[in-house]
Amino acid sequence: MDARTRWGRFLRSEAASGLILISPTAFYALLLLAVPLGAILVYSVLTDGYLEIIWAPTFANYIEAFGDELYRQVMFRSLFVSATVTLVTVLLAYPVAYYVSFHVAPQRKSLWLFLITIPFWTSYLIRVFLWKVILGFNGVVNTSLLTLGIIDEPLTFILYNVNAVVITLAHAYAPFAILPIFVALEKIDRPLLEAAQDLGESKLLAFWRVTLPLSMPGVVAAVLIVFIPTIGDYVTPQLVGGPEGRMIANVIQLQYLRLDNYPLGSALAASAMLIVTAVSLVFLYLNRRFLRVRQ
Amino acid sequence: MKEGTGFRIYAIIYLVFLYAPIFLLPLFAFNDSTIIAFPLSGFTTNWFSELMTIPALHGAVQTSLIIAVSTSILATCLGTFAARAATRYDFPGKAPIMGFIMLPLVLPEIIVAVSLLVVLLGIGIQLSAWTVILGHVLICTPFAIAILNSAFQSLDRSLEEAARDLGENRWATFWLVTFPLIMPGIISSLLISFTISLDEFIIAFFLTGTDPTLPVYIWSQLRFPTKLPSIMALGTILVALSITLLMIAEYFRRKGIQRTGGKETGGFL
Repeated sequence: MDARTRWGRFLRSEAASGLILISPTAFYALLLLAVPLGAILVYSVLTDGYLEIIWAPTFANYIEAFGDELYRQVMFRSLFVSATVTLVTVLLAYPVAYYVSFHVAPQRKSLWLFLITIPFWTSYLIRVFLWKVILGFNGVVNTSLLTLGIIDEPLTFILYNVNAVVITLAHAYAPFAILPIFVALEKIDRPLLEAAQDLGESKLLAFWRVTLPLSMPGVVAAVLIVFIPTIGDYVTPQLVGGPEGRMIANVIQLQYLRLDNYPLGSALAASAMLIVTAVSLVFLYLNRRFLRVRQ
Repeated sequence: MKEGTGFRIYAIIYLVFLYAPIFLLPLFAFNDSTIIAFPLSGFTTNWFSELMTIPALHGAVQTSLIIAVSTSILATCLGTFAARAATRYDFPGKAPIMGFIMLPLVLPEIIVAVSLLVVLLGIGIQLSAWTVILGHVLICTPFAIAILNSAFQSLDRSLEEAARDLGENRWATFWLVTFPLIMPGIISSLLISFTISLDEFIIAFFLTGTDPTLPVYIWSQLRFPTKLPSIMALGTILVALSITLLMIAEYFRRKGIQRTGGKETGGFL
């Protein structure tokens, strides 16, 4: 009896209501995200037979993933591309976020944000393919530069290599970088900036010492939200990267769907995740230290 | 003021960069040439009429529509539960649970795709449109939560309390008071989830069985140069469709925030 009333009281409590309400979504994520991610880790230490998976625990897949020259090269390239894309995207996005937050009339802000997000929601495959058209031998860039007489023969360094991958990804992830920075800038107390200028700081110094540090949380969010997904992008390197622009997702896809080597594919996927997580954590740690020093 | 002009010019150039591929799409879709390159040669609507004659495309459209409709309904339901729990209640483990549910937002899609593939094949489930739906619901739910969170956040709690005080039970209060107030948020979430699912490629590429979805079909056609102009026509239709859906979604999102008395805070995310 006593236990039952206590249970009944628990069921009516706020904590229980919240837990019951969230349980369908939480169970869905548990079953279709946690379990599969766990399965990848398990597969990554199994041995690949020709037609079946052999249940013999081994680190051979990881040794191959990290030791093989080809995979190591692809992994470094993926990291390099992701880091470059993140840097370019965030640097180019900051002034846009700043403009929308500080110079656009409040009632027009959501129109600007809407215009910025639209391209992000429209046919990713076709957008990437069009970059191939833009950057190609007879593409938009080359034909316009030729007509203008700036170059004599088509540029070839802009397609089927790492440059093309960086340009295309920087385009695809632009809204991801603008939105978090915009949100952080919106939260800044405007009188604070006026105070800084009243106290004799120049506009530039006020930006450097007040606005930029206060918007850092948005920049950090933007960096992570661009860096983490780009490392696993498959479509862009496949379409515009050519052989020397191949990234980790292309190798993972090859292992899974072509070579049918699930354990090695899983080890590569797990390693990529591990590296991304490690880099993100180091970044967060450095950032926290940097910010604490400034404060 | 001068400073603002400089930023404005930069922002407009940036928008042009963002829209460049989308502007080019209709140019090539209506261009009377089999080669996707400049200079343009003439106007034609042949590529659009060619689309009507491809049965494989019609199958793919049908598969994609079934997947997108199912996904948007399921993701919005799951999103409503989570958004309601997150905005209304405090419970142990809230931050880690919510963080985990939102994880697919940043997780590379290829990781979601291969991990689901491994499990589904491991327990012997045949790949089909249903397996794609499973994956799509997973990645659409965080977006649904983000939209519905703002709908619930701006909801005035005293309205619900008033209904309870007037003798309605929880269930009736939800359907009679809360639901109508968050309806615009729900419509917006349905449309966004639909758009994401319709456009998603990687998960569909890994998890689709014998029936390709629209993006998987497009991917298979990109290899054939002669098919490209009609793919450009298809892309034009898709982009027009997405923009229309997004505009409707944005309309409802704003209306929802107005209805619940909240303040406009920004875009979808």
